[in-house]
Amino acid sequence: MKYLYLLWSNLRRKKMRSVLTVLSILVAFMLFAYLGAIRQGFSQGIDVAGLDRLIVRHKVSLIQPLPVAYESRIEQVEGVVDAIHQSWFGGVYQKPTNFFPQMPVEPEEYLAMYPEILLSDDERKAWLATRSGAIAGRGIADRFGWKVGDRIPINATIWTRKGGEQTWEFDLVGIYEGAEQSTDTTLFLFRYDFFDESRQFGQGQVGWYTVRIADPARSAEIAAAVDEVFANSQYETKTEAEGAFVQGFADQIGDVSTIIMAIVAAVFFTILLVAGNTMAYAVRERTNELAVLKALGFTDRGVLGLVLGECALLTAIGGGLGLLFGWLLVGMGDPTNGSLPVFFVPNRVLTAGIALIAVMAFLAGILPALQAQRLQIADALRR
Amino acid sequence: MAGPFNWLSQILSISLFNLRTLPQRLGSSGTAVFGIAGVVAVMVSVLSIAEGILRTMQNSASPDNVIVLRSGATSEMMSWVLGDDVRVIAEAPGLARDADGALASPELFVIVTLQKKSTGTDANVPLRGVTRTAPLVRDDFELVEGRMFEWGRNEVVVGRGAQLEFAGLEIGSSISVAKEEWPVVGVFEADGGLAETEIWVDALVLQPAYQRGNSYQAVYAKLESPDAFPSFKDALTSDPRLTVSPMRETEYYAEQSAVLYNLITGLGTLVAVIMGLGAIFGALNTMYTAVSARAREIATLRALGFHSGPVIVSVLTESLLLALVGGSIGAVLAWLAFDGFRAATLNWASFSQVAFAFEVSPALLARGIIFALVIGLVGGLFPAVRAARQPVSEALREQ
Repeated sequence: MKYLYLLWSNLRRKKMRSVLTVLSILVAFMLFAYLGAIRQGFSQGIDVAGLDRLIVRHKVSLIQPLPVAYESRIEQVEGVVDAIHQSWFGGVYQKPTNFFPQMPVEPEEYLAMYPEILLSDDERKAWLATRSGAIAGRGIADRFGWKVGDRIPINATIWTRKGGEQTWEFDLVGIYEGAEQSTDTTLFLFRYDFFDESRQFGQGQVGWYTVRIADPARSAEIAAAVDEVFANSQYETKTEAEGAFVQGFADQIGDVSTIIMAIVAAVFFTILLVAGNTMAYAVRERTNELAVLKALGFTDRGVLGLVLGECALLTAIGGGLGLLFGWLLVGMGDPTNGSLPVFFVPNRVLTAGIALIAVMAFLAGILPALQAQRLQIADALRR
Repeated sequence: MAGPFNWLSQILSISLFNLRTLPQRLGSSGTAVFGIAGVVAVMVSVLSIAEGILRTMQNSASPDNVIVLRSGATSEMMSWVLGDDVRVIAEAPGLARDADGALASPELFVIVTLQKKSTGTDANVPLRGVTRTAPLVRDDFELVEGRMFEWGRNEVVVGRGAQLEFAGLEIGSSISVAKEEWPVVGVFEADGGLAETEIWVDALVLQPAYQRGNSYQAVYAKLESPDAFPSFKDALTSDPRLTVSPMRETEYYAEQSAVLYNLITGLGTLVAVIMGLGAIFGALNTMYTAVSARAREIATLRALGFHSGPVIVSVLTESLLLALVGGSIGAVLAWLAFDGFRAATLNWASFSQVAFAFEVSPALLARGIIFALVIGLVGGLFPAVRAARQPVSEALREQ
């Protein structure tokens, strides 16, 4: 404890320099937390994909529809517990840049398939009772200021209504919450029966199926069995685990993870050298004082610890504040204005950040600390 | 009368004096240079992605071309146009014509799943069904390898970008569509535009394969001149038989790339600004150190009658010079590493892949260096003012 005061006095010796060093470390860790959140946003879904869920889509591409009648045939495959269908509506709310997913589904089956979507009993009942009813995630509802009871007009880009009308009006009967922080709360879900009877064309066709299986260990085998059922039919399918499907989608965007990791590495490499050099300079400047300390009876290891401790203190203050500020900045909102389905700093990023603080403190401090340890009193005092 | 001249000569002599002492402070100056180089390198690299995408989209657009989509559709993917409508559109005034009729090209736009070479994972590759007019509407379409597909046959030609990014598109291999194998017979280029990520096939072959009957998704057309657009648009929008919206290609592609461009530019700028703050702290540290190390020299100069103005300018000169060196190193590093680097990403607007090359343009290099100079200016200003304000008597007494 008594050394802490000594460390603190050393840092206060050149206040400006200490503050600037802390600030540059702070910036590095702030970026670390922020980019961690962006990375999470892009790879959303991979972590939360159910191990016991498969996705069935048209073999050639996702944009080609499958018949709604496939549902019961998929459910007959051995090992399948339940199958539901979803479709891509692709509408626009107010203006084209307001992007969020809208999907016609069968309410009860959908909610059973996705237990992470939390809807109150009253809202569930209201949805079942209202043909034009829709539910929205908390994230998207907050973004547009929607409340239960609002009438939401969505302009169709693909699915015009019978008679050529392009605007679909939905009654918002519920707002769902996510069971986890990583649950996507930007979805807008409405009823398939209402959709199917109102659309101008494409009756009886759906986008893709989500399938729940009894035993995740058998997913590859069951996926093959599903594809086998529809082989050589007019609509051949490709079935894969939900995780693989989502991963594939993220890969389509490109290797965002690699790009972000490269930026983080560049930032750290740069800042580590800048901050490390400053700390080394601060120690060199005090060669005399360190020699005095040694003359007073501080051991070599004691001086080593002192210098290392000083670097560690600087890094810990800067890094800790940086992670905190990064976390606060992320809390202020998504820079893409809603293009990312989730935007938060995952705990593992914070943990990794704390580990990085320790590593950085050691790397930045070890050279000047060793120098201080090796210092010969007589030489140093004469300088 | 010698006032201004005196000032200039003072600035010059102090600056030269400062710069001559630079080698003694290599460590701390090098740190500042390195920090700024890192910031500029990251900034230029990230923004070159956005520039590359923008360039691809711009190269796709021709000022005298239009695209006609169904009203309400924001991209080809979502649009549909019936065969009868195509005939009506082709009769509209303002279109360029040749012996066979109007230069209007009805096209289908679907996706087919292929593997990305770099990751081995599935990617949505655009598959375009075209008619004989398509290459006439697009002046830059050029077959560079193999031959054009034969009309009416299940053959395809692939864009250069698609061939580089996706597996199984060499001449002689084939893609699976609708339970058939369609052989690849040629490779084309389109001036680096979006079409180079696509696979082309006869529209009449694609229609039955995707159960599209006699319908298309968009009509591309060439105008007599860019000025003919208003009359063409009026004719289509006032025709009761049609519910379509015509757009200039330039506007359409600008809109298509807007989301992606803004996303990358926004994130890139944000990262650069935060990193730039870090570099400013580094530069401040360096310049404070430099100034405090020379406190006595500066005080001596001022005691000799040098003004504080030239002292400030000289410190700023040094910091700007360091920033210029750092910025240039960073910009050149980014240019060496990434200019022309090829990649592909998902274009949300069309739900399909777009292949592009990173573009480290001269403008971007200039932006990087200007950013470095701003860092140098801010990082040098406060230490410079401190150096000039320090009371002469105190500074002389130090150490």
